[in-house]
Amino acid sequence: MRTTAPLLDRTRTIFKIRSSDLIFLVIFAVLFLVSSLVLETFFTSRNLLNISRQIVTNGLISIGMLIVILTGGIDLSVGCTVALCGIMATGLQRVMPTPLAILVALGVGLVIGFANGFFIARFKLQPFIVTLATMGVVRGVTYVFSETPQSPVDPLFRSLLGGGFIGVVPIAPLIMIGFYFLAWFFLNRTIPGRTIGAIGGNVEAVRLAGISVKGHLILAYMLCGFFASVGGIILASRLGIAQPSVGAGFELDAIAAVVIGGGVMSGGSGGAIGTFCGVLALGFIDNLLNQFNVQSYYQQIVKGLIILAAVISRRKK
Amino acid sequence: MNADAFLRMEGINKKYGGTIALKDVSLSAELGEVHALVGENGAGKSTLMNILSGAVVPDSGSISLGHAVVTMRSPHDANALGIRAVHQEFSLVPQLSIAENILMGKLPTHGKRRLVIDWPRAYERARGLLAELGFAGLDERTRVFRLSVSQQQVVEIAKALAEKPSVLILDEPSAVLSKDELSLLFALIRRLRAEKTLILYISHRLEEVFEIADSITVLRDGEVVDTVRRDSIDQNDLIRMMVGRSFEEIYPRRRMSIGDEVLSVHGLTREGEFSDIEFSLHRGEVLGVFGLVGSGRTAMARSIFGAEPPTSGSIGVDGRSLKMRTPRDAVSAGISLVTEDRKRDGLVMTGTICDNVSLASFPRMSRGIFLNRKLQEKLVQGKVRELALRPQKIGAYVRTLSGGNQQKVILAKWLLCNTKVLLLDEPTRGVDIGAKVEIYHLINALVEAGVGVLFISSEMIEVLGMSDRILVMREGRLVGNVGREEASEERLLQLAAGVARAASAADVTPGVIATEGKA
Repeated sequence: MRTTAPLLDRTRTIFKIRSSDLIFLVIFAVLFLVSSLVLETFFTSRNLLNISRQIVTNGLISIGMLIVILTGGIDLSVGCTVALCGIMATGLQRVMPTPLAILVALGVGLVIGFANGFFIARFKLQPFIVTLATMGVVRGVTYVFSETPQSPVDPLFRSLLGGGFIGVVPIAPLIMIGFYFLAWFFLNRTIPGRTIGAIGGNVEAVRLAGISVKGHLILAYMLCGFFASVGGIILASRLGIAQPSVGAGFELDAIAAVVIGGGVMSGGSGGAIGTFCGVLALGFIDNLLNQFNVQSYYQQIVKGLIILAAVISRRKK
Repeated sequence: MNADAFLRMEGINKKYGGTIALKDVSLSAELGEVHALVGENGAGKSTLMNILSGAVVPDSGSISLGHAVVTMRSPHDANALGIRAVHQEFSLVPQLSIAENILMGKLPTHGKRRLVIDWPRAYERARGLLAELGFAGLDERTRVFRLSVSQQQVVEIAKALAEKPSVLILDEPSAVLSKDELSLLFALIRRLRAEKTLILYISHRLEEVFEIADSITVLRDGEVVDTVRRDSIDQNDLIRMMVGRSFEEIYPRRRMSIGDEVLSVHGLTREGEFSDIEFSLHRGEVLGVFGLVGSGRTAMARSIFGAEPPTSGSIGVDGRSLKMRTPRDAVSAGISLVTEDRKRDGLVMTGTICDNVSLASFPRMSRGIFLNRKLQEKLVQGKVRELALRPQKIGAYVRTLSGGNQQKVILAKWLLCNTKVLLLDEPTRGVDIGAKVEIYHLINALVEAGVGVLFISSEMIEVLGMSDRILVMREGRLVGNVGREEASEERLLQLAAGVARAASAADVTPGVIATEGKA
């Protein structure tokens, strides 16, 4: 799927769905139908709203991961960024107003992203290695900041973000969907967004077109750090507690969502809509396996196989 | 068609998507013969040889070797039949030693289990093989990435000959070889011929073909034009057969209107690549650049563009001296570069025509960071129409386009940002003759509109046909600045090969007029 792609073929692309995407959609629809029929608890507004809340953190991280993957990179440090930013936004409430604590946490996410992007772009290092290193550093900093879980002091922190509702609709998924709109707009309608996609397609062509590759790479990783930070803050808010150990493996779920949604690790392909579908798919699968009382170890096996199947169905002939 | 020939390929067809690569091609050749395949870029030479070496499976047609019809599904099958190919793209593993590369898949081992490699024997065999081929100067333990491109070519040939094939395919082997290495290669080819090996030799350097080949098959647009004996034809006839039209039809004359100086280059130097380059380019002028392998043509163009900044020297555009460190500076000064390898550093293959054409002109089609899509569409569509790009749909992906149209996309990109100086590095590589002529017309249109063009090409005929003046480079230095009237193949070769050797210009083989190595 190329949701970012043909700029001007608007009318056509809406109806032009690749066969692999179609298969994917059909399987998904069948799964949805069958589960609704078999499980009484599945197609209830309660369960669906639950799913929508559970996917928020992965949904947000995946936006950042998509942007980085579009450049042909990867960011392994997002899981640790979730932990650090979550615990900072929560813990700092003791010493400063909550909004400020949240701003500090978002700033920290941007700084981590900047560090990643700077080392990758300035020294031409491999993203995998650089973000592996920052992953360790960030996790360490998290424990230095707080060895023990932190609970929010400000009751508004819970009720406005992860725990809040407008009527029956939870707030967190709305925030996520809002960010997906922004991401789609950024990637399709803005110069930096288009440039980021082009970098993954052919970095040398972009450089020789007189565009600053370094600046755009740094921007991509900063956005990734930002989204991980938002994800971490909302997670802490929803759970009502921030654990320093949270977030392990989150980077893999985000990569999985991007890839299931049509992203390609070498860069240049993938888009916000596809990634959103990937996040939804993973969320539903998790939920279903839970409802069928599948043990979590088996869940991991099933998820791994689904990712493989998705990638195989999308491979270029 | 000789029914008794050793190798017979009959009625070979191959399509890639909608493009016909080969159409009903037949070829026969004997053992102990050097059979040359000539034709323009994209004529189908390489495809045909890829079929013979098992790398490509034809849609239809048959191949027989010594009266037995054979089917080849993979290079492995071809190797088993004694067919080996040396391709333009090297198949060496850079991190491994020469010996390991040559003997890949057949390294000698200790004992019966065949698990532990017998290194002394491996090195000995590799050394023997290299010596036998006349390249004893190479140390078989050297890792391949330390070798020059021409040395890698030698290793590639040694690898192909390790199992004494009966059919050896050489695809443009001379492209990266120096003059001395080329004469070693020719000596080797003659020896193999005497040992009754069939050598299929792809080249578009005709002097070379006339020197080494016994018979010549000419391909054009995927079809065989004819197969002729070397001594029954002269070069001009051969060119006409290859191109299918006359010189005048290919290189259209343009209105001469050379204007003011637009680009001036003084003392430009990049250590280890070129030094003290000095020239000026005028509006409405095509300045050809010609040189042998390693002469620094590509490096010079990339430096002017800021892709690899020069160590010293100055560049001026429109009389104003510029400090150019990055391509960004160059683009804003009105310089653009069409690179040698469009897939590697020219096009975003995952993008559309529109994405690619816009790439250097984003500031023109945006407010702040927001893309003005109406304006973008209008600007891109205008260029697409102007260049007669096919398809005209600007949402089409560039990877689906033919080579000629991909090249037009790159030209459109630079035309859109109002370029003053266009640096063209091998702009017609890998495009068919029709698209070539279109690109020539385009260059002429640009030049008539006042753009100054620096035209780098390894095809001498093209340089002679297109340029108002020709710069000749040798070993990183500018050694000649020849006007159109005084320019001739001989004169250019003399300059390019050095004055000392000018006396024997006749034996300067144009084979070394090659593309810059990518080492």
